[in-house]
Amino acid sequence: MTEALVQVENLSRYYQNLRAINHLSFTLNAGEVLGFLGPNGAGKSTTMQVISGNLAPSEGEVSIAGHDIIEAPREAKRQIGYLPEHPPLYRDASVDEYLRYCARLHGIARQQVSAAVDRVKAQCGLQESGRRLIANLSKGYQQRVGIAQAIIHNPPVVILDEPTVGLDPIQIREIRELIRSLGSEHSVILSTHILSEVQATCDRVQIIRAGELIYNASTESLNQGHEVSVRVALRKAITADALTAIAGVDHAEALGDGRFRLMLDADASPDALVTHAVEQQWGLYELIPEQQSLEDLFIELTQHEEIAAK
Amino acid sequence: MIWVIARREFVAMFQAPLAWVILAVIQTILGYLFLTNLDNFFLLQPQLMQLENTPGVTDIVVTPLMQVAAIILLMVMPLLTMRSIAEEKRNRSLTLLISAPLGMTEIVLGKFLGLMLFVLVLVSMLMLMPLSLYLGTSPDGGKLLSIYLGMLLLLGSFSAIGLYLSSLTENQTIAAVGSFGILLMLWIIDWLSASVDSGQSLLAYLSLLQHHQSMLEGVFDSGDIAYYLLLITGFLGLTVRQLDRERLL
Repeated sequence: MTEALVQVENLSRYYQNLRAINHLSFTLNAGEVLGFLGPNGAGKSTTMQVISGNLAPSEGEVSIAGHDIIEAPREAKRQIGYLPEHPPLYRDASVDEYLRYCARLHGIARQQVSAAVDRVKAQCGLQESGRRLIANLSKGYQQRVGIAQAIIHNPPVVILDEPTVGLDPIQIREIRELIRSLGSEHSVILSTHILSEVQATCDRVQIIRAGELIYNASTESLNQGHEVSVRVALRKAITADALTAIAGVDHAEALGDGRFRLMLDADASPDALVTHAVEQQWGLYELIPEQQSLEDLFIELTQHEEIAAK
Repeated sequence: MIWVIARREFVAMFQAPLAWVILAVIQTILGYLFLTNLDNFFLLQPQLMQLENTPGVTDIVVTPLMQVAAIILLMVMPLLTMRSIAEEKRNRSLTLLISAPLGMTEIVLGKFLGLMLFVLVLVSMLMLMPLSLYLGTSPDGGKLLSIYLGMLLLLGSFSAIGLYLSSLTENQTIAAVGSFGILLMLWIIDWLSASVDSGQSLLAYLSLLQHHQSMLEGVFDSGDIAYYLLLITGFLGLTVRQLDRERLL
């Protein structure tokens, strides 16, 4: 069994009477990218704040590489790099000044500070921005500075709280690549409410709702074993029954206007469907695989909770 | 590690124009006042010559100057201390310090030391004026030292109180108004003591003014030093407690 870097046991956290986290337990293994998924207000940020030592837990224990966050906070915090929801930047400092300060705060010796700053700047693509003021950087670059700050002391665990919020699609892609590259050296906990982000970057996903862990599985297993769904559009009007008759098609749902959503069997490919459509001259002009198994699962799980709550 | 935070605080103060403006305004006003006092001294000099046990140039020029300086700084220090924690709270950059492997005490001490560095610059610049008296006369060196230390301790307690108020709120204006209120209250608290017999010694003991006055007159009493050190430690302790408590809320 691999060593658990972060161990959260039976964690609860109350804000006055409001329960933000309810007996949450999970572990993060070495070299793993863990996606923390949940609707807004599910307790993602609170969990991250507790793990990073910014909030004290009401109940339960958090230990990082064997150091308890309450009993040995310094040792525990040394193992963590944390990017909160709002990056903790000094707007009137330059990128270099800021990163040097962060390096010193994390106890990097004076002689090694420059090397550390250069390393994270290269990792986060900030080589050109060293002398610019943080206030003048775009949101995407500020986010990079935030990530650079979190990895400057080369911590085994990196915690990123919604790192791609408010970025444009190109920046999002760049940040995701950066996160994936972090995964090779660090263990990462990534919180988000964007589903595709988890599928794109994470090894394992946890879904949390109302402070409780309701799902925990590797993203690989998530993509397997589920039915594959495709959306087709046909020029010729046919019934859904004609589609279900094709081998491999499990279920067909008419979406109107000649469009159908087909659920295929797990190991089936749409080959048979395409051949059949061509033979019958159905005028197939659109075939879109839908990768929404995680989304389905997410909605299913969260709505299930809602029904149970009523 | 405390030093790292202190230096950052100090540099950040000078990155904003406020520190420069404060230094310039105070230096100008007190420079003018210094000249006025010096002028008075020249007028009084013939009469003083005839007296025995005359007050020296230090008593006539420097002590009143520093009395005024203390009152001006009572109004100005809240403006300097208001941002130190409140601004970090508003910018959510306090997380950076809390997530670093530091204790709360180190964070607060670092902030306080950064303010004290600024105070050191400020008071040293003010002391250049009395020191310039050495060019023409011989002021009382011991008294000057006592005044210098007195100013440092007084401004140290202003800083500690301001730091605590700054840790209570995200709003810098509230921090400034609050610490100004407390400072003023501590300044005038002994005004009542003349008419109230029972609380007289206590109220007089609490007053910032009383302790400062004796140091300005060159009386170096360990009781005064203890008062200031207690005040500073007390408010720094409250600040640490406040920040620790916020993690529990």
